[in-house]
Amino acid sequence: MQKYSALSLLKNAFSGHRHWQPAWRKAEPKPAYDAIIVGGGGHGLSTAYYLAKEHGLTNIVVLEKGWLGSGNIGRNTTIVRSNYMLPDNNRFYEWSMKLWEGLSLDLNYNVMFSQRGVLNLAHTPAQLDDYARRGNSMRLEGIDAELLGPSEIAALVPGLDLSGSARFPVVGGLLQPRAGTARHDAVAWGYARAADARGVDIVENCEVTGFLREGERIVGVTTTRGEIRAPKVGVAVAGSTSQVLALAGVSRLPIESHVLQAFVSEPVKPILDGVVTFGAGHLYISQSDKGGLVFGGDIDKYNSYAQRGNLPVVEHVMSEVTAMLPFVSRLRLLRNWGGIMDMSMDGSPIIAPGPLPGLYLNAGWCYGGFKATPASGWCFAWTMAKDEPHPLNAPFTLDRFRNGASIDERGAGPYPKMH
Amino acid sequence: MRIDCPCCGPRGVAEFSYGGDGTLRRPDLATREAEPFSAYVYDRENPRGPHVELWHHIAGCRHWLRVTRNTLTHEILGVEMAGRFAGDAARIEGQGA
Repeated sequence: MQKYSALSLLKNAFSGHRHWQPAWRKAEPKPAYDAIIVGGGGHGLSTAYYLAKEHGLTNIVVLEKGWLGSGNIGRNTTIVRSNYMLPDNNRFYEWSMKLWEGLSLDLNYNVMFSQRGVLNLAHTPAQLDDYARRGNSMRLEGIDAELLGPSEIAALVPGLDLSGSARFPVVGGLLQPRAGTARHDAVAWGYARAADARGVDIVENCEVTGFLREGERIVGVTTTRGEIRAPKVGVAVAGSTSQVLALAGVSRLPIESHVLQAFVSEPVKPILDGVVTFGAGHLYISQSDKGGLVFGGDIDKYNSYAQRGNLPVVEHVMSEVTAMLPFVSRLRLLRNWGGIMDMSMDGSPIIAPGPLPGLYLNAGWCYGGFKATPASGWCFAWTMAKDEPHPLNAPFTLDRFRNGASIDERGAGPYPKMH
Repeated sequence: MRIDCPCCGPRGVAEFSYGGDGTLRRPDLATREAEPFSAYVYDRENPRGPHVELWHHIAGCRHWLRVTRNTLTHEILGVEMAGRFAGDAARIEGQGA
């Protein structure tokens, strides 16, 4: 692998940028590997990277139906945080945060991880009490959390409507200073390049069309580019989980696929320093380095694979953003798009061996997949390599639902649209 | 997305509340095993294509509707009343529409 550095940038600048190598090889699939990972998104690529780096498994392949990063890794609003309440979630997402903090160096790829802080606004005293409780829960796990009052918030976010006449007055907020954003495409490319450098084959435009079985056991996959055998097959396909597992004969899962929309405004000069979330609805917003305001809200709340949503949610998100940051009403919307979320029944993910021997499942990410990318791959790699979960992902089993051990951060019940 | 309510005519999706998979049947309450209830509460087919689902016309006639909708294209393929007793009736074998 050609190492990236200030020196290599300078050298290539003087030679007209004609000598950069492709970041990863266009690998041809071999007939057999030690492990197959289905899905070339953030989670699949990070799994491959950590399998190679942490467990010495380099004879592995990542199969991607389209092109790398064509799914949710390039469709999210780039927010990274670990501000949960339940200990299982906090430990897992905080491990992810720690991996994020060293990621650019580890990958030799600038993922532009920026710890600009995530601020949750509270609009009622009860909500602020709830945030204090969550902040305490975070601090008990060693995660940074600060409860702020209106004057501190005013200094932090100048554009906010902090007037008493605001439709939802701001009474305080919970800040996680170490949270922030990362450049989402760079995460996919960085993991792909670093995995490739360790010998992992990355095969794009290769759709899995079925599974090879010996009795109950999964021993490989059939693809649009031929049969590939491996004793271990990991599936990390987000919104398509139900479709891919149906190919293995698993027809029902505790997952529904829903569409989540995201938006970006025309670029403007720096106005928003960190990530801010609106507490009277569901809205999260930050400003990209290019200047566009990147924001999103709720899912559309019906099953969908369309990668595009409907107008009522657009209208709802716009009304929220203009209530919170009135200056946004003067901006034009540049783009909006949708991604397909694998909404689980309790809002928490699944990283577990099974549901068949030889098969491993990484799914159920709801809105939380992007920030989980490093820890998801790290834990999934461990689970695949050792045939048992790491303590960090041990609670995120597939059978926790029927065992009554669901991890319901919001206490919303078994309704995927509510998480 | 518009749903052609049999009672009110075509209305925007914002008037409706989604009730999820409309093919689920609650197990008989005399069932003693946990497994059928667990499957009813948690397990979904989650198809990519035609999906039978329940919608509540919450800002209209307040009827529960059983809608067949393509989850890939959002095309609505059919709408019918889900029975006199709203969501529950749809879940009782032989009583739902």
